[in-house]
Amino acid sequence: MTGFLLQRLLATIPVMAVVAVVVFLLLHLGPGDPAAVIAGDYATPEDIERIRDRLGLNEPLHVQFLTWIGQVLTGDLGISIFSNLPVAQLIAQRVEPTLALSLGTLLVTVVVAVPLGVAAAWRAGAWLDRCLMGGAALAFAVPVFVIGYILIYVFAIKLAWLPVQGYSPLADGAGPFLRHLVLPVVALSFVFIALIARVTRASVLEVLGEDYIRTARAKGVTTFRLLRRHALRPALVPVVTVIGIAFALLVGGVVVTESVFNIPGLGRLTVDSVLRRDYPVIQGLILVFSAAYVITNLVVDLLYSVLDPRIRG
Amino acid sequence: MTSAAGRPVLAIRDLTVALPMDAERAHAVEGVSFDVEAGEIVCLVGESGSGKSVTAQAVLGLLPPGQLRVTGGAIELEGEDLRAAPAARLRSLRGRAMAMIFQEPMTALNPVLTVGEQVREVFVTHGLLSPAERRERVIELFRSVQLPEPERLVNTYPHQLSGGQRQRVMIAMAFALEPALLVADEPTTALDVTTQARILEIMRTIQRARGSAVLFITHDFGVVADIADRVVVMRTGKVVEQGPRDAILKSPQHPYTRMLLEAVPSLDPDADGGASASAAALEVRNLSKTFAGGGWFRRGRTVEAVRDVSLVVRKGETLAVVGESGSGKSTLARCAVRLTRASSGEILLAGEDIAQLEAGALRPYRRRIQMVFQDPFRSLNPRRTVAAALVEGPVNYGVPGPEALARAKRLLGLVGLGDDALGRYPHQFSGGQRQRICIARALALEPDVLIADEPVSALDVSVQAQVLDLLADVRERFELAMLFITHDLRVAAQVADRVAVMSKGEIVETGPVADVFGSPQHPYSRALLAAAPGRGRL
Amino acid sequence: MNAIRRNRSVQIGMALLALVAATAVLAPPLAGMDPLRMTPEDRLSSPVAAHPFGTDMFGRDILARTLHGGRVSLSVGLAVAAAALAAGLGIGLVAGYVRAVDRIVMRVMDGIMAIPGILLAIALIALSGATLGTVVVAIAVPEVPRVVRLVRSVVLAVREEPYVEAAVAAGARLPRLLVRHVLPNTLAPLIVQGSYVCASAMIVESILGFLGAGMPPEVPSWGNVMAEGRTFFQIAPWILFFPGAFLAVTVLSVNLLGDGLRDTLDPRLRGRFQ
Repeated sequence: MTGFLLQRLLATIPVMAVVAVVVFLLLHLGPGDPAAVIAGDYATPEDIERIRDRLGLNEPLHVQFLTWIGQVLTGDLGISIFSNLPVAQLIAQRVEPTLALSLGTLLVTVVVAVPLGVAAAWRAGAWLDRCLMGGAALAFAVPVFVIGYILIYVFAIKLAWLPVQGYSPLADGAGPFLRHLVLPVVALSFVFIALIARVTRASVLEVLGEDYIRTARAKGVTTFRLLRRHALRPALVPVVTVIGIAFALLVGGVVVTESVFNIPGLGRLTVDSVLRRDYPVIQGLILVFSAAYVITNLVVDLLYSVLDPRIRG
Repeated sequence: MTSAAGRPVLAIRDLTVALPMDAERAHAVEGVSFDVEAGEIVCLVGESGSGKSVTAQAVLGLLPPGQLRVTGGAIELEGEDLRAAPAARLRSLRGRAMAMIFQEPMTALNPVLTVGEQVREVFVTHGLLSPAERRERVIELFRSVQLPEPERLVNTYPHQLSGGQRQRVMIAMAFALEPALLVADEPTTALDVTTQARILEIMRTIQRARGSAVLFITHDFGVVADIADRVVVMRTGKVVEQGPRDAILKSPQHPYTRMLLEAVPSLDPDADGGASASAAALEVRNLSKTFAGGGWFRRGRTVEAVRDVSLVVRKGETLAVVGESGSGKSTLARCAVRLTRASSGEILLAGEDIAQLEAGALRPYRRRIQMVFQDPFRSLNPRRTVAAALVEGPVNYGVPGPEALARAKRLLGLVGLGDDALGRYPHQFSGGQRQRICIARALALEPDVLIADEPVSALDVSVQAQVLDLLADVRERFELAMLFITHDLRVAAQVADRVAVMSKGEIVETGPVADVFGSPQHPYSRALLAAAPGRGRL
Repeated sequence: MNAIRRNRSVQIGMALLALVAATAVLAPPLAGMDPLRMTPEDRLSSPVAAHPFGTDMFGRDILARTLHGGRVSLSVGLAVAAAALAAGLGIGLVAGYVRAVDRIVMRVMDGIMAIPGILLAIALIALSGATLGTVVVAIAVPEVPRVVRLVRSVVLAVREEPYVEAAVAAGARLPRLLVRHVLPNTLAPLIVQGSYVCASAMIVESILGFLGAGMPPEVPSWGNVMAEGRTFFQIAPWILFFPGAFLAVTVLSVNLLGDGLRDTLDPRLRGRFQ
């Protein structure tokens, strides 16, 4: 068990190394002079030279990389070109809304999607299954911002049940915090519920065809027990895998949802930084999101070993 | 166990099971009738497609829903009509009054639950015993099926047990509530012969002690000879003959039964090992193959699949390598054909050591050593015609297309298929026909050595006999040196001139087949031969 | 082939897709108006006979912009699918057959997969400037690792097949093995994957446009049209709604097509993510 853990932990090192190289190269291997790109269209040559100097662009590539990676490893993600504040500080200030949105979405998704998927698999081909899969296909097709605006239109503008936009920190009270979070979480959850319900359905359906399900039936096990005890746990392995992979998708969704609902999180910071060409911030954000992806998948690996004794060895 | 005087535990009358509309025939099972009495083992035998497994599943009401449906007849368990029983009643009978053991011990147990929990569940499901008593009973049951260290084993997961141990867990589960009827669907087919012998013995012992009625599905007449009291022979969904074991085995009445029994190879060798004087075509010297396991960070575990093996196959002779699963016999074959590279040792083909040759240097030698694989359904590319499969090899070696095609036609005739097979695809042929095509493909390169890796183990016994005859015929015709890998001692006895017995990667005994089978010297050879099902009865 | 034609998902998907494609191809005569022409007197007009889908803040016709947007979105979807499949096929074949390359390539792919796709695309576009070409490349790059994994897994499975081993034993050289035995097996899963990549590319394009980080603003892509509708959402929801509906129908049809193809071509893929 500890051997398995250690192995998974060590396996994240090459992944993060590749991420670091890609993030570094993003700025340096693009066409043209990164300093000129950053400075924008109206910059003077002096502006460009100032930026070159500030980013250390006059050094040889490998020196730049080593300097940069050294700083990153000590938690120094550089200084924002736009606001002159440390990137790490900017990111830390914006973590809470993003975390609330992501975890809320994850919670709603799992609570809704897994039972739906199991029910659809158990009665595959029946009306519940058809409705669910049809709804899932639709949820995949509508971009999250369109869903977001529809929800705002109906629940915030027409019915005026919930605030239109914005965010209220948890420190200012749980009530406003939750009221502001409902619509964004629901909007973002649609596509993930569709995804997880589909995967759960397929996985449970596959497990229901396994020999050991027949064995359990031969013992006289009841249907409920069959689903809960024999089918669900093995079926959750692919579901957990997809949750891990879907994290990358979640980040994209968070970026968009925060823009739609005007939530001051990491997603908004990303969009703002892109529009301002604030490269150190973009690099920092990609690194942080990728690290979060890697950590999520480490947790997924742990869950595997809880769900499936074969992996424990 | 018999409640009323003379009433059978299981009575099947005119059972008919319909196949889906688009199937080849209308019924999987048609008009089947037989009884199973308390205390007797009835063997239901037949080839694939005979409907024997469907009959078994129908009894427990476990037919795959939506595909197969009982449409006629009656199934009575201790006088109770199971077809009329509501689902809840049927469920409460399952596990308690009737239980089932399945073929694949690898997949029949839930991988995420401990084996103890799974056996305990029988009591939980039927609401019997207190938790403490359940635990006690499970350990007792494990002991009765001779599982080692039952107290520890109840807490292990299926993947931590061997195939034989898992099947014992299944038996323990099936006998847990002392059901009146046990249905066993090919319970030992996936096991090695020595394991099979022990499992059969355990089943027999428990069944005798409890007086259960057993319906035992099998394709293997050796197993029938060992354990049956009565035999029911099925063919394409119908019963062709039934009666007491000795009557069926010694004086079968129906021509189909006679044909099946005649197709079972005898354990008495009939070859005389006559080719020993001819030249060596393939010689393996001190061959070893080690597989390195593990990943980047784990310490690599190494497996020695083949250890220091030496053997000679002469022109016009068949050497059978026999052994159980994991003995290294297939790895040996794959090394010899150079599908994997041996770790050390020599492979002499026409005097040249090909063991470590690089691809370019190896190419001229590949042609001279060809292989026939085990699974006829996977050894032909489903997307390519038979003609394409047969000409591929010769064309690789520069034979002009028309000539290769002519050769393909000739070979198809030789293996008993017509020219019309050329334009067809593999899925249009039966397993036996595909294996013939594979033999033709191997011969198309005019090899000196033919390696056959379990070429008949996926085939029904009647087809098996024909393919073995074909292999013997081509060996003689082309003076091939044949290395024949098999787990089946009967097959080895029939095809081989000499035999090598492999165990744990090593050859423990080798010699003319009559000597090895007549008076095996090594303890392992002796155990293997003693375990051969139906020994002395067939 | 018959099984494909008889599949319900394929039939519905094909029909819808044909419809959308027709409106895109026939955009100029159907719309009867230049998507870029401004009519300031008609700005923010709600749907009326002259402008069935309404107009935006410059008085540009939303119907014309939506139909022309279909051209952009469908082209982006197809181009991204083609690019991601081509790159993924090449890299996957090499990784599946050359052990030495495999480890390095797969680590790199793991790394790229760890970077959220939209972020990577945004960064790539921001860096190299927004043109049709860079948008296509930027959306395709994050899709490549999944195609590589797919191709590699097929190659690894196929090379173990006895019929491939028989071909090796019959002296077949590597190029022949790849072309005759390995490539045909990758075809079905690739087509299925391609349809999913195409659908997801159209969504990503719209998101990029919506965030203001996609196509140059003058291009009437669905994402750009919808982005312009953001500010006026409360008073002119049609600017957002019509392109959104077209996008949803298009993506739905491509996904349905993919599901149908998956079920008929490649039962093994059933239930795969996406």
